[in-house]
Amino acid sequence: MSNWALILYCGLITYLTRFSMIALIKKEMFNDRIREILSFVPSAIFPAIIFPAIFINDIGLIEIDDNPKILAAIIAMFIGIFSRSIIATIFSGLASYWFLIFVV
Amino acid sequence: MKSNLKVFLKGIIDVSPLMIPVVPFGLIFGVLAIDVGFTPIETMAMSLIIFGGASQIVLLQLFSGGASSLVIISSVGAVNSRHLLYGAVVSEHLSDLKLIWKIIISYFLIDQAFAISNEYLKKNKDHNRYFHLVGGGATCWVIWQSTTFLGIILGSAIPEKLGLSFAVPLTFLALLVNDFRKFINVIVIIISGLVATLGYNYIPFKAYVIVAALAGLFTAMILTRKNKKA
Repeated sequence: MSNWALILYCGLITYLTRFSMIALIKKEMFNDRIREILSFVPSAIFPAIIFPAIFINDIGLIEIDDNPKILAAIIAMFIGIFSRSIIATIFSGLASYWFLIFVV
Repeated sequence: MKSNLKVFLKGIIDVSPLMIPVVPFGLIFGVLAIDVGFTPIETMAMSLIIFGGASQIVLLQLFSGGASSLVIISSVGAVNSRHLLYGAVVSEHLSDLKLIWKIIISYFLIDQAFAISNEYLKKNKDHNRYFHLVGGGATCWVIWQSTTFLGIILGSAIPEKLGLSFAVPLTFLALLVNDFRKFINVIVIIISGLVATLGYNYIPFKAYVIVAALAGLFTAMILTRKNKKA
């Protein structure tokens, strides 16, 4: 598939999830149980992007020793838990990472 | 009733604080897309056509890992399934609108605009209250397109040594800050993360995002069921 087709399909599926939410979905279609499960979608899907980006190195292997990303991510997580701020989480993680690779 | 313009402006003002993290997110997207091998025009088209940060980053991540188109598209769909959750909430406020407005608003319906306008829609009953959502969405649109553009231009100027790609997991981590306080969510996060990391090389077709998400949701189903019985 060409890059352009890929972009178009990804755009289409993104648009359809939004459109269906406005135009097709009726309140009655979701009972409380489904709503409860759907509320876990971010917790279920974002770690699948976060963890490999931290633990898997450039050649596709799990790297635990000598990996500054792990400590930086943990620091960012705690800053996030206490500050509840998106921007503080991102910047504290980046700052710790740079500190660990350039200074330590 | 306030004028359409006033409601639109109110949407812009209300959504502004949420735009701060969108700026680095957009820049990073622009930089990474070029880095992964998309042309500047394709990169700009992604922001214009898809207009969704999480979707676009997932696309890049899987594309650079050599995933097939089918896996990329279904992973993007899985990431977007959270939008369905909003459906139950927001559709009642927009149900009297003409189809053309529903088509337009759908394009602007992103996490930030939804989060802000949902509050407004609940409190206001004016017929033109949906202009608030359009104002918030349009603001985010302008910021997303301009930061993507800046990222494309800055791309080559940002040294690779900075490891800016690390901002991707950090951005997603930041979206979970409220979930780290809830016990079941933490378990779901750990299960999904472990499945994705350990399965990264073993789950075929780079479908690890989908498999890990399903494992996480399944865990949530079991844990919430037990929770109720207790």
